[in-house]
Amino acid sequence: MCNTCGCNITRGNQSFAHKVVNGTTAVAVLDNLLAKNNDQATHNRQHFDKHRLLVINLMSSPGSGKTALLEATIDAFRNEYRIGVIEGDLETENDAERIRIKGVPAYQITTGTACHLDAHMVHDALHQFPLETLDLLFIENVGNLVCPASFDLGQHRNVILLSVTEGDDKPAKYPVMFRAANLLLVTKSDLLPVLDDFSLERAELNLRKLSSIAPIKLLSARRNLNLQAWLDWLSSELAQQRERIRRGETVWPQLEPDSVHSHVETI
Amino acid sequence: MHELSICQSLVDQVEQIALSHGAKSVASVNLKIGPLSGIEPTLMQHAYPYASAGTLAAESTLVIELAPLIVRCEICGAETEAQPNCLVCGVCGDYHTKLVSGDEMTLMRVELITLEARNDV
Ligand SMILES: Nc1nc2c(ncn2[C@@H]2O[C@H](COP(=O)(O)OP(=O)(O)OP(=O)(O)O)[C@@H](O)[C@H]2O)c(=O)[nH]1
Ligand SMILES: [Mg+2]
Ligand SMILES: [Zn+2]
Ligand SMILES: [Zn+2]
Repeated sequence: MCNTCGCNITRGNQSFAHKVVNGTTAVAVLDNLLAKNNDQATHNRQHFDKHRLLVINLMSSPGSGKTALLEATIDAFRNEYRIGVIEGDLETENDAERIRIKGVPAYQITTGTACHLDAHMVHDALHQFPLETLDLLFIENVGNLVCPASFDLGQHRNVILLSVTEGDDKPAKYPVMFRAANLLLVTKSDLLPVLDDFSLERAELNLRKLSSIAPIKLLSARRNLNLQAWLDWLSSELAQQRERIRRGETVWPQLEPDSVHSHVETI
Repeated sequence: MHELSICQSLVDQVEQIALSHGAKSVASVNLKIGPLSGIEPTLMQHAYPYASAGTLAAESTLVIELAPLIVRCEICGAETEAQPNCLVCGVCGDYHTKLVSGDEMTLMRVELITLEARNDV
């Protein structure tokens, strides 16, 4: 038996495993390439659930307004929820400083050359946090519409931002990212009057073509336009998360609501 | 470019398998990659020699099998081929579909060199 390589995974594989032919041995594996990251993400999710947190992964291209959205959200929820933020950027503490000015704990991960956060980086960061004192933890991923989509961090929900200046075709160009959305926020709506070719209908059509049922909300964080729909979504997600925790269940962002998993492992 | 970091963890995984089988080196590594995995097979091929240099997998070939993109319609039940940015049902056109295949990034098989090569004449 070989447990390290997983060649005992199914009966069907076993006939292929360890076939020795002319000094070579073929080993069937059938393991996800990101298995190590995914295991760490599962561990992170257990930390989060233990502390009754809702964790949101914010993803978008650089400059779509992730930090501006967080600033507006912190202001709006000041008296309702305790918020924490993990910031991911290649360089600088700028975003974490913008959040700390609001009086909210923020931890900056600088990835150097890595174009995405992974579950190990987030794990190191979350042990710097008073998790037990928070209701909502936001992870602002590195601005990038490609790489962050592949790495589970342990979050419960993915929120993807698309600013109106980027164009309504982005879901069609970056399907892996937009397919991962549990909610799509179309940001910087205050700029719509000066753009003549952004169509919310087209953006939605491009998202639906990815077989996504994610709701879409149009807002402006800087001008405080239509923020309420986003805040309501967050409150409702937090309530659902607490209900899941009460039942001993958790949720993965990539899966549909019917795929709720129960986990009994202790941390 | 996250393919290099994925390649590095792939090589770690492959080396562990080689060590646990007492192999001298790795002959080949087979992956199955879907178009919605977020992994670009050509970037993976480019990164592989750098990631495997100096390891038991240094001389190995990376073989990538492309997984087809197939969706199943929740409305009419049909299974049809799809495009990465158009996952609607090929029969009725509805967007309520589930991916049957297309997002895999799987290490399928590793071929290890376990004995000295024989000097057949
Ligand atoms: N007009 C307008 N500008 C906005 C809005 N939201 C953000 N911006 C501007 O867009 C720029 C980028 O905003 P950020 O919040 O830093 O964007 P980000 O996504 O956090 O950027 P990175 O972390 O670098 O990827 C800043 O100049 C913001 O002032 C908005 O609702 N309307
Ligand atoms: Mg930012
Ligand atoms: Zn831990
Ligand atoms: Zn159909």
